[in-house]
Amino acid sequence: MQQARPEAHRTVLVAEQVSKRFPGTLALDRVDFTVYDGAVNVLIGENGAGKSTLMKILAGVERPTSGRLLLDGSPVEFKSTREAAHAGIGIIFQELNLYPNLDISENIFVTREMTRTGVVQHRAQEKVTRDLLARLEQPLEPTTLVRDLRMGQQQIVEIAKALSRNVRILIMDEPTSALTAAETEALFRIIRDLKAHGVAIIYISHKLEELLTVGDYVTVLRDGRLAATAPAASINISWIIDKMVGRNVNAPHHRARTVADDSDQTVLEIKNLSLPRLGGGFTLEGVSFALKRGEILAIFGLMGAGRTELFECLMGLHPEASGQIRLGTRNLRHEAIRQRIDLGLMLVPEDRQRLGLVQKLSVAHNITLANLKRFVTSFWISERLEMEDIRAMMRDLAIKTRTPQHPITSLSGGNQQKVVVAKSLLTRPKVLLLDEPTRGIDVGAKAEIFEIMNRLAEQGLAILFVSSELPEMLTIPDRILVLSKGKITGEFSHDKVTEEALVLAAGARQQTEHPVPANRPNN
Amino acid sequence: MTTSSPVASAVAPARASGLSFGVLLFRLRALIALFVLIGIFSILSPSFFTRANLIILVGQTAINAIMAVGMTYVILTGGIDLSVGSTVGLAAMMSGLLINRGLPIPPLGVAVYFNVPMIIVLGLCLGLLVGAFNGLLITRFNVAPFIATLGTLYVARGLAQLSNDGATFPNLVGKSELGNTGFPTLGAGSILGIPIVIWIMVLFAAVAAFVASKTPFGRQVFAVGGNERAAELSGIYVNRIKMAVYMICGLCAAMTGLITASQLVAAHPAVGESYELNAIAAVVLGGTSLAGGRGSIWGTIVGALVIGVLTNGLVLLGVQEFWKKVITGLVIILAVVLDQLQERLQQRLALKRA
Ligand SMILES: Nc1ncnc2c1ncn2[C@@H]1O[C@H](COP(=O)(O)OP(=O)(O)OP(=O)(O)O)[C@@H](O)[C@H]1O
Ligand SMILES: [Mg+2]
Repeated sequence: MQQARPEAHRTVLVAEQVSKRFPGTLALDRVDFTVYDGAVNVLIGENGAGKSTLMKILAGVERPTSGRLLLDGSPVEFKSTREAAHAGIGIIFQELNLYPNLDISENIFVTREMTRTGVVQHRAQEKVTRDLLARLEQPLEPTTLVRDLRMGQQQIVEIAKALSRNVRILIMDEPTSALTAAETEALFRIIRDLKAHGVAIIYISHKLEELLTVGDYVTVLRDGRLAATAPAASINISWIIDKMVGRNVNAPHHRARTVADDSDQTVLEIKNLSLPRLGGGFTLEGVSFALKRGEILAIFGLMGAGRTELFECLMGLHPEASGQIRLGTRNLRHEAIRQRIDLGLMLVPEDRQRLGLVQKLSVAHNITLANLKRFVTSFWISERLEMEDIRAMMRDLAIKTRTPQHPITSLSGGNQQKVVVAKSLLTRPKVLLLDEPTRGIDVGAKAEIFEIMNRLAEQGLAILFVSSELPEMLTIPDRILVLSKGKITGEFSHDKVTEEALVLAAGARQQTEHPVPANRPNN
Repeated sequence: MTTSSPVASAVAPARASGLSFGVLLFRLRALIALFVLIGIFSILSPSFFTRANLIILVGQTAINAIMAVGMTYVILTGGIDLSVGSTVGLAAMMSGLLINRGLPIPPLGVAVYFNVPMIIVLGLCLGLLVGAFNGLLITRFNVAPFIATLGTLYVARGLAQLSNDGATFPNLVGKSELGNTGFPTLGAGSILGIPIVIWIMVLFAAVAAFVASKTPFGRQVFAVGGNERAAELSGIYVNRIKMAVYMICGLCAAMTGLITASQLVAAHPAVGESYELNAIAAVVLGGTSLAGGRGSIWGTIVGALVIGVLTNGLVLLGVQEFWKKVITGLVIILAVVLDQLQERLQQRLALKRA
């Protein structure tokens, strides 16, 4: 693909000396940011660096404390997303913004329904929706309720929604965090198409490989300040990491671990697990595998392969599933979630907003939610004991907040994810189920999480782990199972695995013209 | 007034960011409103701020406040209980039945009489039972709380009327030969010069507030109201928590019923009608969110006191009954509007400093 030549692009939108203060935090400190048309303008920075805040200002969600915006050279002030949309600015929010009770097409057209004499034209909406989804290579039925969609599919709907409005400037705040390589490729093709039509795209992601694949200009934020900006053609990943973190971060790597002596002991054994699908067929079919103490086992698969459902079965969320699940010496049947947690099974769910966090509670109370019993002395919760664990977790995972008493919603997306991980670690599990644990987490924190995974595995914890990021798949786990349409279609040990083999076993459903992005930057 | 434990989760961040005063004032608005009302009525009516009147006022408030304490738990989980008024009536009628007729045992053709403490215990158990019925409908049969408790509202009221064919149980003083005298003391007696009713309110509120902010159960109530599915995945027995809050609510309503019957020295089957609305109003005035997950017991007590002061003060000023309703309604609406403004105001205060 071609990298853009700077002189070829015109400036459309400029943020000039923009600052944003929240109670207790200066989220943006006199930031300059330029958006070029017909180009992908990448924004990158650590969790909490201020990326989403800057985007919310551009999209009219938040107002800057000081500074101004220039659209086509003249100052503008957006008082609402409506005004920004009117000026041709669209945004895909980091946290999904869909109505679960409405179907896909209704979500896409919400507030701008296609009407004739005041009556919504459902047919017409569904047709447009079907075309959009086809462009994204996701043949979903437009009348499916959003509630019934998986995380990644919802993200696709969110993207389709943004595409359905004809915008000049399209902001994408981590659009691919729940997508696998194949879906990401489809999105990139659309992005290139939009670029060719002169649309300016602002692209945020923590998947660094992606940035250099699609990006034309890269801007790095650090602690709310502008750290650097450069054309993508002139930089590489280590430049980005250096500018955003300011220190060396180890790339994800496999660690040879020596596990305490009885390491061959199987802690989790699954035999013939099947999950029937509503309306015939199976979401999971005859899945069998075993997990040893101290082992990190990854599950690779495309969207809809049944990875999340597998985890849900293990937590007992699908009573209709059949098959055997043995945890230690115990066969799990009707145990409640609490009992499973007490037996040492714990899930970090994929969808942190809906399943991971209680938005109305503070950071502290979210961290300890699954463990309250442990802090009880006589009848009540000892704040001292509780604070000890909270502080330890905030330190270990580097959770960025001024005080743990702040509401969880005031944290940046990545830091919220760390809180969910912290909650599960506090339950001291024997088998940890991580469903996309690094979704939306910056490089530094990813390295920290992998470090913790390795450390826990060394202490004997078994980890089952799903990630849609290939580099992680290839380096972190000891063993990889490939799941395709609910069946296990491949097994690889760490030293034997290759990208091609994984993708082949996963059986991409539709032909992709480009191979899965293997384009690592050449340093 | 709007968070689980005001000290830990509401005040601290405000203080940390140095905006304590404005935000704090706003958070304490129900309390401030209470003092302002007390001030106004004290000036307008010389008989308002007298010991005698204040005791009457708090006594009246206590009845509503006790119910509202239970209601707060239900609303914190994101539910609602419309059946409390009927539970009040049912518990009142049961105490009347037990005192005047005893518990009839048809096969033996006799009736068993209980002493007063036992009657109170049985009355409270009845409340728990009604709550358990609501809880069962909501958790096992997936009925929306509004509908389930609306049904119970009719059922419990009907049972209250059936218990004595729609007639009142009069003169609940008991007979010394049956060993069941003393029931009126509950409503009329006092300890250290303060009515027992007020002591009961303080006890209920203190225990409920402690449980809400300091125990795992309380924390879980907030979590269930905040995000039920996340709470479930964190190992919280969501159904048990819901069951428990409806039972607590039923218990509080039954306590109110017993007190009311004792104060009237009679049990009338219509007693407690529309009480559920007063209880909900107190909870909302106290800053608890009807969507669940946010609120406090102390807020509710303040809310109940605001309603109590308003009612009492307007009566003293000779304001017509109908106007009283209009004013009370407006105050409730104002409270909710202010609640919605809170977020935005906080943001603006923050911006001004920048
Ligand atoms: N409503 C808010 N109230 C208080 N602080 C906030 C609020 N929103 C954001 N912040 C703070 O502003 C800072 C920047 O947050 P922002 O969401 O922009 O980060 P980000 O760069 O998007 O991070 P991530 O990669 O994790 O999404 C963070 O420290 C965050 O805690
Ligand atoms: Mg963000």
